[in-house]
Amino acid sequence: MATASITVSETPLVLYTLRRADDALILGHRLSEWCGHAPMLEEDMALANIALDLLGQARELYSYAARVENKGHDEDKFAYLRDVRQYRNLLLLEQPNGDFARTMVRQVFYSVFADLYWRAMMKSDDPTLAAIAAKSEKESAYHVRHSSEWIVRLGDGTEESHRRAQTAIDDLWAFTGEMFAVDDGERGLIDAGIAIDAATLHDQWLKTVSDVVREATLTLPKNDWMQQGGRSGSHSEYLGHLLSELQSLQRTFPGAAW
Amino acid sequence: MATPNTPLWEVFIRSRNGLAHKHVGSLHASDATLALQAARDIYTRRGEGLSIWVVPSNAITASDPSEKGMMFEPAESKIYRHPTFYDVPDEVGHM
Repeated sequence: MATASITVSETPLVLYTLRRADDALILGHRLSEWCGHAPMLEEDMALANIALDLLGQARELYSYAARVENKGHDEDKFAYLRDVRQYRNLLLLEQPNGDFARTMVRQVFYSVFADLYWRAMMKSDDPTLAAIAAKSEKESAYHVRHSSEWIVRLGDGTEESHRRAQTAIDDLWAFTGEMFAVDDGERGLIDAGIAIDAATLHDQWLKTVSDVVREATLTLPKNDWMQQGGRSGSHSEYLGHLLSELQSLQRTFPGAAW
Repeated sequence: MATPNTPLWEVFIRSRNGLAHKHVGSLHASDATLALQAARDIYTRRGEGLSIWVVPSNAITASDPSEKGMMFEPAESKIYRHPTFYDVPDEVGHM
């Protein structure tokens, strides 16, 4: 028997925090799907480490969202008892792992953004978000290093690895614009000094990603049409499948603990 | 699994300032940069280290186990090399 979803009071700060928490949880879950399947043992550990970093970020952000919302919810309820339309993560992060190149391209696109984002958020007037940012920035910095080193080796590797990396870049490019979108609710938080304007990170993100891609002898697409919708709950078909796996235990055995 | 693209590396970790790097294990990686990252991910997950060295395993020259009689037994009978026969004056204190 399935458990009903919770109703979230999405004030601007709750929504803002949930969006970042969902980013971390969904990408962390995707990376955890590699556990036991990575191309080599060493990379299996590396991917699991990154997944655990992201899961830790998600937990802190969900807990903070629960405190701000003050409706008796907690990190588990946010993670396990929201439907796909209530999830607020970037579309990029719910995209399937595909091959190793696709996982690494998704990772470098997001991690370069996340590192810039958390570094800027360390100056937030919200002390909790600033503290989460300070911890997350160090983790993201390593994720950037790890994924960009792989992009260079895949792109400048064999003909096959180059082809796979380029295909992944071409396929995922349209999901990168959503990282820099800002809506009215966020605008209020930006004006209040709590949030930062993600649009201001775009130029530095593009420069860093371009440098990696160039060193990898790969190219970025020219098209600038960008897919959006994750932030407002309009997801690709993949997120529902991901959540059905992630939530199955708590939906079937409500409140199960071990 | 060893393949020509991922040679073996030996990993050394220094846990605290002032201590020496100690051998902790080995791993496979395609080059030194990735070997260092893999060492970080595998051997420092629980706060074990402040510094990591990785060395290509094939750069290590090892003694031959079949020569251990010639190499190490002659030292076993020379207990006078251990400085345990000296009386240390009390004024010296703890050495």
